[in-house]
Amino acid sequence: MAQRLDDADVRRIAALAHLELSADEVELFSKQLTDILAYVAELQSVDTSGIPPTSHPQAAEPAWRDDAPRPSIDRDAVLAGAPDASPRAGLFKVPKVL
Amino acid sequence: MIDPFVTARALRDAIASRAISAEAACRAALDRIAATDNRLHAFHEVHAEKALSRARALDRLPGPAGPLHGVPVALKDNIAAAGAVTTAGSRILERYVSPFDATVVQRLDAAGAVIVGNTICDEFAMGSSTENCAFGPARNPWDASRAPGGSSGGSAVAVAAGMTPIALGSDTGGSIRQPAAFCGIVGLKPTYGRVSRFGLLAYASSLDQIGPFARTVDDAALCLEAIAGADPLDATAASRPVPAFTSALTGTVEGSTIGVPWTLLDMGVDRDVRQAFDESIRTLERMGAAIADVELPHARFAIPTYYLVATAEASSNLARYDGVRFGLRAADAATVDQMYDRTREAGFGPEVKRRIMLGTYVLSAGYYDAYYLKAQQVRTLIRRDYDRAFERVDAVALPTTPTAAFGLGERTGDPLQMYLADVFTVSAPLAGLPAISVPCGYAESGLPIGLQLTGRAWDEATILRMAAAYEQAMPWKDRHPPL
Repeated sequence: MAQRLDDADVRRIAALAHLELSADEVELFSKQLTDILAYVAELQSVDTSGIPPTSHPQAAEPAWRDDAPRPSIDRDAVLAGAPDASPRAGLFKVPKVL
Repeated sequence: MIDPFVTARALRDAIASRAISAEAACRAALDRIAATDNRLHAFHEVHAEKALSRARALDRLPGPAGPLHGVPVALKDNIAAAGAVTTAGSRILERYVSPFDATVVQRLDAAGAVIVGNTICDEFAMGSSTENCAFGPARNPWDASRAPGGSSGGSAVAVAAGMTPIALGSDTGGSIRQPAAFCGIVGLKPTYGRVSRFGLLAYASSLDQIGPFARTVDDAALCLEAIAGADPLDATAASRPVPAFTSALTGTVEGSTIGVPWTLLDMGVDRDVRQAFDESIRTLERMGAAIADVELPHARFAIPTYYLVATAEASSNLARYDGVRFGLRAADAATVDQMYDRTREAGFGPEVKRRIMLGTYVLSAGYYDAYYLKAQQVRTLIRRDYDRAFERVDAVALPTTPTAAFGLGERTGDPLQMYLADVFTVSAPLAGLPAISVPCGYAESGLPIGLQLTGRAWDEATILRMAAAYEQAMPWKDRHPPL
């Protein structure tokens, strides 16, 4: 079931992924992603009926930790890494939303 | 004069016995970096002053701080160290300074290691050559026109070129073992869950695992002992006891069975690599190991499976780079959506965008079952193949890579071609298994070749023991790149 991705498909995926692609990138990715999807289509030849999926490589043992308060990362240090923030108010700043 | 190719163990012993100071060892590493890194570009940043002051502090202690006392260590640039720039090779984090230490960094500190800097890697660990690094590729010390492998290429170069005895990398599809093979050193991917991922900038969370590069298997075991174990900050770090890996290195392979999936070697392996591999298997047999044929019928589907699982997880993990909390923000955005879209467009390189796009697509409505779910089912089959093999054998041997180091620029135009560099390494992380690459010879071109041994889950001790015995029997560890 090899899928061919056209420019509109690539633009739709880019919008979902929050990427503002250039026209050149749209063209390049529609070709490359089509090639990659054709390649991964070989998985369709594997019979997986009744096979459970593996989402985690090791049978997860419950990992518990004490329910005890402990210090978090310093707020000012975190805000200092933001492109725009108000350390006094303790907030990240973004363009107007409303 | 300290030998740049001294082992971590010998260096630690010399510092602990005060034959040399930690400061002298640190200066030697910094001098070596200064003398060679302009040609090799292993490091993104070197923290000379910080490292020297740490080394001096170690020298003032009444006794050794731990098993890596005074040993200079390099960190892949996707492992967070407080106060240091941590970019993951990406423009989007170009000026990001981590406010905290990764758990492995805390453990290296506790073990007495001296972190000298962070190393070049493919952007967000996506790549097999370091050519996807936004700050330029590292170069193979055996031939500077060749790729060092990736994504942890800079860390491999640092160790291979005699800059630091040990470096940490991260392995998602082969990113420790493949560059170790290309650079002629030892690289170990531990069992998933053996080492905490807290502070590792996530690429594909169900596959990523931090591990050591070293020039000897013993040094790799020494480093693994220091960094492994449960961590309250990472629920996937298993609460299992950490064996004394270095005491498992008995120097013998007698009584062990090594399985070889011969049919997989028909997938296209260079003649030099094949010869070195066949010879290494004969050597292990002469040394007393039993060699058995094993079948891993689904391993040939490992690359497509890996790219679907890894890109799906990457598309989710990399959603956090949105210009709000850290890193880059596009300057000209009028709305929040524009800020997200333009920041990510400006900050990510082509391979990262390609993988985010693929991951977004395979997780989207209508395609989830056909691609992502299918890949997870094939992942189960790949795991079961190994389970069946490990009923009869103690390790599975393969060449680490199908070719020796390829040229820089040779594969950048064709992403699929680049992905094939990982053909023998991707199965182990899909199954969560430990695997090691150890040098097993040289191609006619003089480039190193690696032997890969994959072991049972939690049984790093067995593959370390086999690799160490083989290493001791062969002359490869004494060969160093001509620099």
